[in-house]
Amino acid sequence: MVLDPSLQAGRDRPRKHLRAATTEAPAVRWTLIAIGLLFLAVFLLLPLAAVFYEALRGGVAAYAEAITDPDAMAAIRLTLLIAAISVPCNLVFGLAAAWAVAKFEFKGKSLLVTLIDLPFSVSPVISGLVYILLFGSQSLLGPWLARHGIGIVFAVPGIVLATIFVTFPFIARELIPLMQEQGTGEEEAAISLGASGWKTFLLVTLPNVKWGLLYGVLLCNARAMGEFGAVSVISGHIRGVTNTMPLHVEILYNEYAFSAAFAVASLLALLALLTLVLKTALEWRFADNIVAARGH
Amino acid sequence: MDIRIQNIRKEFDRFPALHDVSLDIRSGELIALLGPSGSGKTTLLRLIAGLEFPSAGRIHFGDEDASEKSVQERNVGFVFQHYALFKHMTVADNIGFGLRIRPRGSRPSRRDIRRRASELLDLVQLSGLEKRFPAQLSGGQRQRVALARALAIEPKVLLLDEPFGALDAKVRKELRRWLRELHDRTGHTTVFVTHDQEEAMELADRVVVMSQGRIEQIGTADEIYDDPATPFVFSFIGASSTLPVVVTKGTVTLDGQPLSIAAADLPDGPATLYLRPHELEVVAGGDGAITGTVTAARRSAGSRLVEIAVGTARHHLELQLPAETSVVIGQTIAVSPRRWQIYGTGVGPGRSA
Repeated sequence: MVLDPSLQAGRDRPRKHLRAATTEAPAVRWTLIAIGLLFLAVFLLLPLAAVFYEALRGGVAAYAEAITDPDAMAAIRLTLLIAAISVPCNLVFGLAAAWAVAKFEFKGKSLLVTLIDLPFSVSPVISGLVYILLFGSQSLLGPWLARHGIGIVFAVPGIVLATIFVTFPFIARELIPLMQEQGTGEEEAAISLGASGWKTFLLVTLPNVKWGLLYGVLLCNARAMGEFGAVSVISGHIRGVTNTMPLHVEILYNEYAFSAAFAVASLLALLALLTLVLKTALEWRFADNIVAARGH
Repeated sequence: MDIRIQNIRKEFDRFPALHDVSLDIRSGELIALLGPSGSGKTTLLRLIAGLEFPSAGRIHFGDEDASEKSVQERNVGFVFQHYALFKHMTVADNIGFGLRIRPRGSRPSRRDIRRRASELLDLVQLSGLEKRFPAQLSGGQRQRVALARALAIEPKVLLLDEPFGALDAKVRKELRRWLRELHDRTGHTTVFVTHDQEEAMELADRVVVMSQGRIEQIGTADEIYDDPATPFVFSFIGASSTLPVVVTKGTVTLDGQPLSIAAADLPDGPATLYLRPHELEVVAGGDGAITGTVTAARRSAGSRLVEIAVGTARHHLELQLPAETSVVIGQTIAVSPRRWQIYGTGVGPGRSA
């Protein structure tokens, strides 16, 4: 029985009007794609191109000079050093935290997960400021640190601490859902076969999360090198001593040394691109392993 | 290796999962833990393995008290419900894992481990698949790799959690027969958990029926089926119907009508009559029979399944009659049980002779 005659008519329409239930009309489709591409171009590609254009506007020689400037070299070295310290630290912290959260039940677990996310929700400026309040000369610890000649604020240790704080969630956040999804089945199998806790972690847990871990490390590294706010507060901007690459870019820019500023900025942008290329290459090269590790 | 489980109690966050469970498993026996979900059967298996520890009670492996021993020390082979194969390792590496992780002193050489893995693959009929990854295997093959991996450490006891739960019916049947043969050949003391009564009855030497954290009955398939110890066992195993009856001085009455069922040893009072569909036969009416009207009838393979409504309260009763029997909906039918069981409220069972 047909209640509505238009339904009857609809049944006889030519097939070309029929399409899969999840597909939109061509006009809608192209509009959405155009909006997406436009957004991508204006907000991502254009700025990126601008960075390289400005960096190379003064010619290759000026570009090389800006990068090989002693202060710039010092900033690059410091940035690499900060990343080299904070990424391994977060690797260990992140793994331990994710392992605890995903594989065990304990009181205060949701509090721990919230705490891990704290650096994401707090402004980086505050992340830097807390270390000044903790270790600065006005703080309780300040005089004691000063007497023993330990410099944290306006020195490399402070920058490392602030960077570790800001980049803490990256690895843990990447691993927690992955480890939760994998459950504890394989770990139980390993211990039932006689493996110790450490061997189970090393031979079963770690290999199962290695790709997620690698993503986490790449993201953590990119942020550690690019962090501005927290580092800016605690570093003191001492040229050649506590200036990282992002801080150096700001100083150069404030001094109207535009092409030098963009030259150093282009290095940071290159780093970001390299991270993306590396990530994509890993996904492409090990697609089978990644799928195998995720599925059954 | 005998396993003696004495007065085990287990609570999870004060929620009791097992109440005072005792069970003796004889060396070389194949035991099924059977029960609905939430009956505590998997918890009991994990307690035997040492993956969980009891809140009270002791577990003995042979003459040794294993209650305090860790899962690593107990040397049990455990096959997990979803196999829990190491996804990033080949089949051969999975099987060799238990040997590879041994401390240097007791670890076999790499060649010996490889040889042992291929021997075990022969045993589980998967030769040639050494290099495959678990993702490249079918469900039944993964199940057998999991078993080979558990056997590699030469366990004293083999424990299997719903070993065939995730497989389709045909593979399930094949693996069931194969596991029985394997058990008979290797002689491991084996305990497996299942919710499938057919699987438990067919495969096990003895079946442990569990419900709500308690053991309802331990026995062979015959004992469980013919002589159910509790109403739960009667209704859980096989098809059954119940009728509310009253016992007065050894006479059983249904709706005030006496039935030709003897209950001399039962105290007076209300009771429940348990019947099986295939143990009821049609009689020519008259005294002592259960009469009802046919409400539904369907053909199932070699028999006819008939549902009747009994008495004024229209109690539901199922019959399994020979296919030749013709019935009409609405027809009055009288049946008499060949076997039955009566459970009074709070007293032990009375049963057909």
